[in-house]
Amino acid sequence: MIGPDPEAMQRYSFFSLARNALSQHEGWQRAWRSPPLKPDYDVVIVGAGGHGLSTAYHLAKEHGVSNVAVIEKGWLGGGNTARNTHTIRSNYLRDVSIRFHDVSVKLYEQLSRELNYNILFSQRSMIDLIQSWGKMRDLRRRSLAMALHGPAYQLITVDELKRRIPAMGDLSDVRLPPLGGMLHPEGAMARHDAVAWSYARAADARGVEIHQHTEVTGFTFAANGAVTGVETNRGVVRAGKVALATAGNTSHVIAKAGLNLPLVTRNLQAFVSEPVKPIIDVIVNCPDVGLYVMQSDKGELVIGGGTDPIPSYRQGCHFATFEDVVASLVELFPRFRNLKMLRQWGGAIEFAYDASPIISATDIPGLHVSTGWYGGFKSIPVGGLTYAHLIATGQPHPLAGSFGLDRFRGLRFLLEAGTVAQR
Amino acid sequence: MLMLACPWCGERPEGEFICLGEAVRPRPLDPSALGDAEWAAYVSDRRNIRGRHDERWWHVRGCNTIFTIGRDTVTHQVFAGTQDEAAP
Repeated sequence: MIGPDPEAMQRYSFFSLARNALSQHEGWQRAWRSPPLKPDYDVVIVGAGGHGLSTAYHLAKEHGVSNVAVIEKGWLGGGNTARNTHTIRSNYLRDVSIRFHDVSVKLYEQLSRELNYNILFSQRSMIDLIQSWGKMRDLRRRSLAMALHGPAYQLITVDELKRRIPAMGDLSDVRLPPLGGMLHPEGAMARHDAVAWSYARAADARGVEIHQHTEVTGFTFAANGAVTGVETNRGVVRAGKVALATAGNTSHVIAKAGLNLPLVTRNLQAFVSEPVKPIIDVIVNCPDVGLYVMQSDKGELVIGGGTDPIPSYRQGCHFATFEDVVASLVELFPRFRNLKMLRQWGGAIEFAYDASPIISATDIPGLHVSTGWYGGFKSIPVGGLTYAHLIATGQPHPLAGSFGLDRFRGLRFLLEAGTVAQR
Repeated sequence: MLMLACPWCGERPEGEFICLGEAVRPRPLDPSALGDAEWAAYVSDRRNIRGRHDERWWHVRGCNTIFTIGRDTVTHQVFAGTQDEAAP
């Protein structure tokens, strides 16, 4: 089957904006179609979040596989893609993690142009505030590891820290006075909804179908045990290959196929303040006390910390953690004491046994899994690129060769320490 | 804030405890008799249930007891433990 011509997609530009303004903005096309669900596809991707949509886009673009359905139990980009705090960075420790995330940052830098969609990418740098000598040693080690691969991670002094983050209080009397900081100039943020929408629109233009409100209730298998499709609330859909991109719920979904994975799901919460005038223009991360804070384009302070320390699918506010994060915030930024918090929410993130991603085939032929995204927003472009390569060719992408499930069998754990705000 | 029933101290606030995660099955009695896949499954695989499961808690800022309770991972409702303290 030949998909629609990508050139037929309505281009977004200054001129299209002006032209549509003249016609009262009634001439805009839908960004993606809603076609009827077919009985079979070459590939069914479960989960229309950033990773699922990015994977569909790269399947169609690099591998010519466009007979693809992305099915989603809720709405497009409504899971962790809507619930993260849109930070993009590559300050990891392990060689494979640094290379992998460095490619992701570079793809993000070009994404608005590549997908013809403004994702509001803002490379404003990220600063890790260091408050203990243990963390200093840890981050200097990461800095040296990163120097081997390209992305910058530079030690800065306390004076430089104060110059770059004037909103911080006088820190001489805090419990853990800062010892310095690590500057990661590649650190960036982008509009998370726009990332999902842009991939959806670009994948759709290449023939991929997106089916929302289509929940997987089971799998169908051939006599030899290979997966042949999925059962959904809208009927059985046959598929040559099935690829899960169901962040947070992967254990729950794959249990329907009889598999167990080395995953724990936890609640990671964040909250935003009322909007204020520009006061912080970098992403500040404080790993010693478990806090990060940045300011969105709307003026809201976006604040978060570590995960709740218990298995949880709750996607809500766990007060013990909330209190912990806010206490750290008002200690380091006393002037934020009077800010009101507007919204709070939680996302269900999956934590693999060695805190690293899993992009892998499974014991069931034809069934693939992409999971373990502890902070997966930053990995959406490269996650899709490498997952699509695995699905299309059957071989792991060179960037993601270490991320297979076989590493647990061989006890070749990656033990990544670069996860944000983990104490 | 969860309130947890320590078998020794009674109901105490969450901050006194550390969650040790899902109550995994007991360590195999003869590990060398297992294949790599079975051993890896014991070490790293988790059921990660969406709903009610059993989990272990350690009363680290209290009497030091390790005990098992039931908890719903969606609602966080706590139930009485369904098994005795797991063997080391």
